[in-house]
Parts: sequence; C-alpha cells; structure tokens
Amino acid sequence: MLQQGIKIRIKFAKYGVMKFIGHLDIMRFFQKAIRRAGIDIKYSEGFSPHQIMSFAAPLGVGLESTGEYLDIEVRSITTTEAMKDALNRVMVEGMEILSVGILPATAGNAMASVAAASYRLHSLTGDFGIQNLEEVLKAFYAQEAIPYTKETKKSVLELDLKQGIYEISAEGTAAVRMTVNASSSGNIKPSMVFEKLCAFARVEIPPSSYQITRLETYTDLAKEGQPHEFVPLSACAVSSAG
Amino acid sequence: MRKLALSDEILMQVEKPARYIGNEVNSVVKDKEEIAVRFVMCFPDVYEIGMSHLGIQILYSMFNAWDDVWCERVYSPWTDLDGLMRRDHIPLFGLESQEPVKDADFLGITLQYEMCYTNILQVLDLAQIPLLATERGEDMPIVIGGGPCSYNPEPIADFFDLFYIGEGETQYRPLLDWYLENQEQGGSRLDFLKGAAKLPGIYVPQFYEELYNEDGTIRGRKKLYEEAPDRILKEIVMNVTDAHYPTKPVVPFIKVTQDRVVLEIQRGCIRGCRFCQAGQLYRPVRERDVDKLKEYAVETLQNTGHEEISLSSLSSSDYSRLNELLDFLIEDCGRRHINISLPSLRIDAFSLDVMSKVQDVKKSSLTFAPEAGSQRLRDVINKGLTEEVILKGAALAFEGGWTRVKLYFMLGLPTETEEDILGIGDLSNKIAAVFFDTVPKDKRTNGRVQIVASTSFFIPKPFTPFQWAPMCTREQFLEKAYLTRKGIREQLNQKSIKYNWHEADVSVLEGVFARGDRRVAAVILEAYRRGCMFDSWSEYFQNDVWLSCFRDCGLDIGFYTTRERSDDEIFPWDFLDCGVTREFLLREWKKAQEGTVSPNCRSQCQGCGASRFGGGICFNRE
Repeated sequence: MLQQGIKIRIKFAKYGVMKFIGHLDIMRFFQKAIRRAGIDIKYSEGFSPHQIMSFAAPLGVGLESTGEYLDIEVRSITTTEAMKDALNRVMVEGMEILSVGILPATAGNAMASVAAASYRLHSLTGDFGIQNLEEVLKAFYAQEAIPYTKETKKSVLELDLKQGIYEISAEGTAAVRMTVNASSSGNIKPSMVFEKLCAFARVEIPPSSYQITRLETYTDLAKEGQPHEFVPLSACAVSSAG
Repeated sequence: MRKLALSDEILMQVEKPARYIGNEVNSVVKDKEEIAVRFVMCFPDVYEIGMSHLGIQILYSMFNAWDDVWCERVYSPWTDLDGLMRRDHIPLFGLESQEPVKDADFLGITLQYEMCYTNILQVLDLAQIPLLATERGEDMPIVIGGGPCSYNPEPIADFFDLFYIGEGETQYRPLLDWYLENQEQGGSRLDFLKGAAKLPGIYVPQFYEELYNEDGTIRGRKKLYEEAPDRILKEIVMNVTDAHYPTKPVVPFIKVTQDRVVLEIQRGCIRGCRFCQAGQLYRPVRERDVDKLKEYAVETLQNTGHEEISLSSLSSSDYSRLNELLDFLIEDCGRRHINISLPSLRIDAFSLDVMSKVQDVKKSSLTFAPEAGSQRLRDVINKGLTEEVILKGAALAFEGGWTRVKLYFMLGLPTETEEDILGIGDLSNKIAAVFFDTVPKDKRTNGRVQIVASTSFFIPKPFTPFQWAPMCTREQFLEKAYLTRKGIREQLNQKSIKYNWHEADVSVLEGVFARGDRRVAAVILEAYRRGCMFDSWSEYFQNDVWLSCFRDCGLDIGFYTTRERSDDEIFPWDFLDCGVTREFLLREWKKAQEGTVSPNCRSQCQGCGASRFGGGICFNRE
C-alpha cells in the first residue's frame, strides 16, 4: 500500500526578466528549486521516478503574473509558512512564492481545477490612444458575438470570444482588465481579446507596446448549470501557522 | 529590477530569449563600484554548448571568490540575434551586468575546438572590439585565449593580446595583480603586455614574428621584444585536491547539453593513445582525493538542485578509487532520486555491474572505442584494447540484458590499409555473432541486437606522436568511408549493423587549423568577412566559401594537411612546452610506424618528460 501524500498548493508570482522563461523551463526550475529547498516531495514509482507536481495553467512567454499555481505532493511538512520561506530562499529575482497551503486529500489537481483567469494589459507608452476607452469597451462587450479565427499549424478554428469573456473593464486610459475562460477546453488568450478590441476601436497597437499580467487564476465552485462562482485557486488550500 | 541589454521586442523575436537574460541560479552579480577588475569569460559557441563546459564554471567561481574581481559570462549570440544586433548596432553584453563587454578589463575566450575560430571574430566584432590585437586602443579589454587550442595559437595569434598556456588556477591572480599595479603606475596597454609576457605560462603573440623558409616551412621565430621568453612552459596545478572547485555552478534555465552536476575526478591520463592530444597535454595524471569528491558531489547537488550527476575525466576507469566513489554515489544519490550518468567506462564485469544499478539496461547502450578495425592498427595508435577484450565484454553485457552497442572508429590513421578498414565490418559482425551465440532466442529482450558503428576522420594534432603524420585528402576520406560501408554490407549480420560517418570537408579544415601557422589567420579573417560563422554546425558550414578564401589568400590546404613532415621540421607550436618532450613524441612516432605498443604509465614509465612537474604515477613511485 502506498503511503498517502500531503497535497500542497503553491502560489507564485513571475515577473521582470523571468517572463522570458517558458513554461517547460519553469517546471524544470521548480523541480530543482524543490531539491535545493530540501522539501520532502513525493516521487512516483518506477525505474525513473519523478516528483509529483502539477502546474495550473501554462503562462505564455512574455507575460508576467501574480497568480500562478502549482500543486505538489509531499511526504512530510513542518508548516506551510516554513515551506514558503524555504522556497523563497532558493528563488531568483522575478520569482516569488506568495503562499503555500494544504489541500484536502480529495482536491483535484491544479490543472483540472482551472476555470478562469484575470489579466491586466497596460500600455508601456502611457496611453493606448483609444478615445473613451470605457465606452468603447462597453460597446465592444455589448456585441452579440466576437468572432475570432484561430490559426494553428494544423487547423483553422472559428471561435466566439464573447462566450469566454466574463468581465472586461478599463482602468484609466492606459490599462484594460479582463476575466476570461482559462479552462483546458475553452482557454482564451488576453491578446486575442485585445486584438479584437483594437480592430473594433480601429487602432493599431503593436504587442511590444503593452505588457500583459495575469492577476489571478480561478476555479469555479458553482455546480453545473449554475452561475459561475469564481474563487482563486488558493482558496481551496489552508495554511498552517507556525 | 535588472535592466536588460535587449528590448522586449527583440527578446520576443528571437529563439530562446533565456540565452541572453542571465539571472540564473548561482550566477554572480556584484556592485561594479566595489570591484577593481571586470573579467568577461566567453565560450564562443551558442549558450547551451558553452554553459555545459566545466572549465568556465571553475574559473568563474574562482574569480568571483576574489572580492576585487567580477567575472561574467558571454556566449555567441545565435544567428537570429546576431543579425538583429548588427542591424541595430547593439554592443555584445555580459550576461550578469547586461553591460557592454567592451567596457570590461578582460575578455577571456576559451578555445575548446578549432571550428569555433570564426565565432571568436563574431564575439569580438559584436562586442565592437577591433579584431586585430594590434589595432586595439588603450580603453579596450585585454583579450585572452586559453584551453586546448591555445597549444597551437598561431592561426589565431593576431586576434589575441595574450594566451594563457595551461591550467587557469595558478597564474590568473598574479596576472590581475600586475594589471592593477600597472594601472596604478599609469602604465599603458603595451606596458601591461610587456610585464605579462614575463609571467609563467603567458604568451604575448605580438612580441614575436614567424620566419619562413623558401618552401614555406618555418625557419624560426624573431623576438620583437627582447625580454619576452623564448619558450613558454604550460601552467599546471599539481595538487588538484586542494585546487578551487566550483560547488555552486551556475544552473541554466533552459536545457543545455550537460544538464547535470559534473564531478571532475582527475586530470591527465595514463594511456598513451598516439592520436590523442588531451592525453599528452594534461600529463601527468593527477587524482582528486575521493573523500573530497564525495563532499563536492553532495554539496554541488544541494546547491544546484540538479537531478543527475556525472563523472568527468579522460579515462574514468583508471581512477584508483572509482569503486569506492561509485558505491558512495549509488547509495547517496539513490536515496535522493538523483540519477548517475556514467562516463564511458571500460566494459568489464565491474562496470557492467555498476551500470546495471544506475541505468535501465533495456534502454541504454554500451560503448566501445576500438578506434581502429584491426589489431595491427590498434597497435600503431597504441590503443590497448584487443578484440578478445571487446568480445568478452560484449558477451558479458549481452548476458546482462544489453542489446545495443556503439562502436567508435577513426578512418585515415597513419599506415592504414584496406584490410584495417574492412576490419571495422568484421569486428561489428563478430559482436553481433556473439549476441546470437550468447542469448537464446526466447531471451532476446528487444528481439535483436543493434550495433552502431561510427567513424570520424583522423586529424593529426600538435603535441601528439602523430604531429608529423600526413592527413588524408577529402577524397581519400570519403573513399575510406565508402569502403567501410561496403565492408559492413558484406557481413552476415549486416542487418544488425548501422553505420554513420562524419563529414569530410569540415575535418580537412580542422586539420589546417590544428597544425596551421600565422599565415592561416588571414584566411580565417577573410572567411568571417564573407559570412562564415558557427562552422561546427553543419547547417552553417560553408565549405565553398572557405575554399575560395584559401585560394584568394594564396594558401595551399595540402601544405598544412597532407604534407609529410620531416623529423626535424620546426612546427608553429614548438616554442610552447607542455611538459612532454619532442624527443619522446618522435620516439613514439617511430614506434607507431613499426607497430610497437608502449605500456601505460602505471605499467612502465616511458620517460615522456612530464614528471618534471613533480608528480604523476612514475614520479610518485620513485
């Protein structure tokens, strides 16, 4: 019989130069960081055991975030606070552990739990150059449908972004906030929404002139068919005081 | 927050921006106001290759342990960024400071293989440092070369202010101290170079001129600065146990070639393979204390978080405490889920037992390096591996469940005949036959045996007994490869044998650089100007451009490669002294031609000369 591990949810921020490190390399970074921090992580069985680790939603290269998550399973833990400190001691500039919590044994893994994510897009030039941004956003969101053609190497997909935008608002004249679908089946990239918004407002804003930050990643507590009830992934975990 | 040298726009455009941002775990950032010397260490190839090199990690760690020195790293920007930097005139920058390399005091370039020579020029050019040493102004960094290729620095001598000959642990502190002293005295760049030339192991090429005979061979050297030494003896660390060791190496974000802890267990080699340059350059053999190695392994794994550890040396099987070290690693690493990646060990019962403990036998392969197809030729090259040993090792391995075998050979070795070449197919076939004889049908794990024979082309290197040997032409090389293939196809078990061979064009060029003189620099410079870079990457190697550069510079490739050298010819590297005497090398060259083997250092001293450093097996025995 396998010893039951303790499920841990880790929330972290990624910013500055670290935005250029891709998702797979962030996974490798954490595998090494966990060894450096001396965390008693559980390993899988088999000839080449690996750490039991699951990331919530991959973050694209170039994006910053204050709401990234990964789950691990450990064999033992002193306190969540001690684990957070141990991890922060082995981070690099641009990576910060924000919280560590214990998940109930029955909790689903981070990736399967993801329902939505909120983002902030802010102009690096100080202004998007969209007149009445707030009004434009309202009109943009009031459209019946926001069709988007997603081209991948293999296929061309017709999407309706409207279904996946749960909230969108202006923050002054130089930033836009949105909450969108981030589940594995209906994930929407904020850049797709912004691209359509620019087209709607008839302005051209090159991707290099704004920065996207993922603010939070959410799970949905609502039952099937009920209105969404988004809470941060960290809400499922509890921290243990020292 | 750290400011990057490259804009987000550029970083989002290039492949793997992580190559250029620094910030890796264990990278060192210092306050530049509080240090006296800025040293940028360069490996002139792409990040993933350069970051896999232990030598730079050693020097980086040693330099940064000094309070007054800040050592940074720089690698060749890949071709995509190279183009953007040229377009926007962005100067090449150190990864740690993200500031221009040209503002540093030193730029140290490690020379691990000849085919990186155009990348030296790329790095200098992007750094906005004049390519020729004599054209550099007072404010430019001192450009230093080091590493194995500095044992014949002449083809790239024009590009360097100085070369450090030998192991870096010994003379860098005196060199930096002299730099600071000279600065304090208000001395010039030339004053610094003059003083540096008097330090052991330091070679300042601009203080010498090469003189030639009418037939193009070297007549001698003329000193342009009287006090520069006539001969330069390599630097060496005799006590490797107490030498600086990097237990906090930089951990890259992206996957690099050597993505693991590398433990250097010894330097030098007791085998005297006559084609091998490293085997002569790093004599005498010096072992690191096993207890120290255990400590280093634990510490480095802790400091990096790497999940794998590997041993490094020229011949790990010869390390006297290998058994103890591996037992420790298997025990300690096994507990912590750390993989052990074994270097090529000599295949015997001991190594197979160890390998079966740390590898999945079904997935791993065995490696033999017979280097030559016949016993006669193996005797010529002094490779002490017999067919009997190979077949016995293979039988043991097949019994243990292995089904994959890799074989390495060289084509174009001195005295090679058709028979020797056909021997490659014969030997491969015999190994396959051993499999079918040893493993009964119902026990064949993967159903069959897979033998991969690979050949590279032999390139004579300085400071080896074969430095006198003529090299083959491209056409001869290819004929030999075709004959090898034909020989393999005629074998009974040919279906179990796969054959790969190395490219011939690039080998010819490597041959020119390896034994070239100062005149070759003009060709390298011209080829770089015509767009040659990353020559070790087959997709970027432009043989036709190189050939036209040789033509236009009036240099004959054959003079450097296929020409037979007389016993007393003066070689471009003769003014350097690696400890091994020319007399010994010549003796070995004669013995090679007679097909006589020389025992290894442990069996019987051959009087190579390296005991003068006060160490090695022969010295300790006395």
